[in-house]
Amino acid sequence: MRYLYSFALLLAIFWSSPSWAVQPDEMLSDPTLEARARTLSKELRCMVCQNESIDESEAPLAHDLRALVRERLKAGDTDAQVLNFLVARYGEFVLLKPRLSWHTAALWGLPPGILLVGIVTIFVTGRRRSGGGPSPGEANLTAAEETRIAELLRSEGAP
Amino acid sequence: MIPELGHFALMLALGLALIQGTMPIVGTRTSDPVLMSIAAPAAIAQFVFVAMAFIALAVCYVTSDFSVLNVYENSNSQMPLIYRLTSIWGNHEGSMMLWIAILAFFGALVAAFGNNLPVVLKANALAVQAWIAAAFQLFILATSNPFVRIPDAPFEGRDLTPVLQDPGLAFHPPMLYLGYVGFSIAFSFAIAALIEGRIDAAWARWVRPWALLAWMCLTLGIAGGSYWAYYELGWGGFWFWDPVENASLMPWLAGTALLHSAVVMEKRGALKVWTILLAILTFSLSLIGTFLVRSGVLTSVHAFATDPTRGIFILGILIVFIGGALSLYAWRAPLLKQGGLFAPISREGALVFNNLFLTTACATVFVGTLYPLALEALTGDKISVGPPFFNATFGPLFIPLMAVMPFGPLMGWKRGDLVGAAQRLLAAMVLAGLAVVAASAIERGGPVLAPFGVGIAVFVMAGAVTDIAERTLVLRVPFRTALRRALGLPRSAWGTAFAHFGMGVTLLGIIGVTAWGSERIAEIKPGDHLDIAHYRFTFDGMFNRDGPNYHDAVGRFTVHRMNGELIGNMEPSRRTFPSRNMAITQAALMSRGVSQLYLSLGDPNKDGTVPVRLYFKPQVLMIWLGAAFMFVGGALSLSDRRLRIGAPRPAKAKPNPTLQAAE
Repeated sequence: MRYLYSFALLLAIFWSSPSWAVQPDEMLSDPTLEARARTLSKELRCMVCQNESIDESEAPLAHDLRALVRERLKAGDTDAQVLNFLVARYGEFVLLKPRLSWHTAALWGLPPGILLVGIVTIFVTGRRRSGGGPSPGEANLTAAEETRIAELLRSEGAP
Repeated sequence: MIPELGHFALMLALGLALIQGTMPIVGTRTSDPVLMSIAAPAAIAQFVFVAMAFIALAVCYVTSDFSVLNVYENSNSQMPLIYRLTSIWGNHEGSMMLWIAILAFFGALVAAFGNNLPVVLKANALAVQAWIAAAFQLFILATSNPFVRIPDAPFEGRDLTPVLQDPGLAFHPPMLYLGYVGFSIAFSFAIAALIEGRIDAAWARWVRPWALLAWMCLTLGIAGGSYWAYYELGWGGFWFWDPVENASLMPWLAGTALLHSAVVMEKRGALKVWTILLAILTFSLSLIGTFLVRSGVLTSVHAFATDPTRGIFILGILIVFIGGALSLYAWRAPLLKQGGLFAPISREGALVFNNLFLTTACATVFVGTLYPLALEALTGDKISVGPPFFNATFGPLFIPLMAVMPFGPLMGWKRGDLVGAAQRLLAAMVLAGLAVVAASAIERGGPVLAPFGVGIAVFVMAGAVTDIAERTLVLRVPFRTALRRALGLPRSAWGTAFAHFGMGVTLLGIIGVTAWGSERIAEIKPGDHLDIAHYRFTFDGMFNRDGPNYHDAVGRFTVHRMNGELIGNMEPSRRTFPSRNMAITQAALMSRGVSQLYLSLGDPNKDGTVPVRLYFKPQVLMIWLGAAFMFVGGALSLSDRRLRIGAPRPAKAKPNPTLQAAE
């Protein structure tokens, strides 16, 4: 079921122009430059699509962005410069991997944070439970109970 | 008449659910066995009425009754029968009907087969199950009624979206829902235990088969969806970190953690409080997934705001059930007794490690999926969280988990021997090392770390084999003795080995195809050829072919090995649906062992050339083969005698008369 909406949406977007992801005529003749363009394309979002990179998308906007990335690369931009250029133009929404900043701090910080909290919790509970004497469930027997057990054992053992 | 009967059956089911949700609880509070015994028959009757409603909807679809709005909007009399049936759940209303049908089905299963359960626990659990059922039945009746009629019935329906006209729709949603909704049983048992305020190792033994069944279905459902997307979307991606996919991955991760912690609880009485929490969280994540997919909040926060009726309703259900469950947990959990001490290096310790990493991975997916929504709602800033984020965070969490996996089953309970386990895994480690060397030697290019990934995958697979070899003493005792020992092993031991092996297989597939897959994109004309890996594709030309409700423009390719040996033809096509003026790519796939050749067509150009995308996907089939191993592992474990009869008592033990009487 999870694909239904994305499928329907994908189709709604590109059914009018059944074009395609990276077109042969878009590609650069220089293979290293083209490889860089492909890598960059995978990190850039097609902004009119639902969660698709411009490398995958068939939308006309993605086509324009692919051409733009290649244009900048041909002009001699570094990868970082291309990304900066696109962010300046379209905002951070265009990056599929958000940059670390104050409003994404929680996003990047939570996974390691949760792991750390988990480790500390396990360590602390482990410590408390192994070092802090008998826990309620493992309480030592009272003297009366010990005698009762001894009695029972004796009667069991008797012929 | 039939739609009205369906509608009426649904209302009756709601009535029954309300009775099932209240009477047994009153019964357990007042120790009234008669009231408690209402739960089971009510659950079965509720299922019967929900099934009647579902069948009524199915009849409308099969007979193409376009006076029903839902059928008119999503079906067409020209479609083959199978797609008329599957289009029942190819839309919002119908898929919610499938959801409650499966929910009621699981409730009825517990009612029918839970004879070994304590009466109070069973009554409470079925009551909780009925609250969930009632909430969703009310949701359907109030906001998503599939039985609404149109005054003037049209002659023809609108058709199902073409991409959904695929066998994938017959398999993927029902399996996924069996998984999602199956976890409701674990949830109901957890709530029932909290209500009762009593929980022991036996609880884990009762819950584990249900969690296992749900997990198996979810595993296959996710894998099926992944394969569907792989062949349908035309470029061979198998996982997109789409929010809709993440919605199904989260319950899977939490459910996997639950299966493992329930083992500790069953065997050693430890991790009780944590296991209860996981049972609550797993189904909560299923509910959140349902909310994400069904409310439209994913497309944009604004789409949700413009038509909020359904979204708000599900959000309400979400808050009541998740909030209520967690409050109950916070109130009651401190009363539960902890038990079972263990050293950090032990089977329990390994399972805690498993839980730590699985839940962190799950939390990472949760944060990544919901962060953009939350940020936009709170500050209006729009950011994207896509595959590069998840690859950067999820990967590093999963690799240590996989590296430790083979050690777990070789550790003893309470206090394990790490050095001993490492010694027994020596062969697996050597094999993994050889795999790293071989992968770096054979494959050129690709990421530097990929061969190490191959090493870990091989280590996981060899580790699973080692586990069985250690238990059967194969190679050390005569073969006949080893075979007898193998047959005598508990099925759950085989299940563990199969599932762990499958995980390694899937990892190997993922690494193979992402690191060493290759791609050719070109525009070619008839007579041209394209080379990829060690295959040569010759384009013979285009021809036309008509299907029942579509038209195909087919490209025909002949495939040879580089040494000239002919291995077959591939026929990718562009499929157009006149009823919707829509074109989709039908890729052609050819399996070579576990690798695949993948070919898709673009729109032919005016000068007669055709754009083609050609892929070599090494080891790609292992991704889904691994899921099949996991499923088989689950099935083996489920067939284990201890789980089947629900209690570790001898087969001929006398049935407990008080239990029988109260049923």
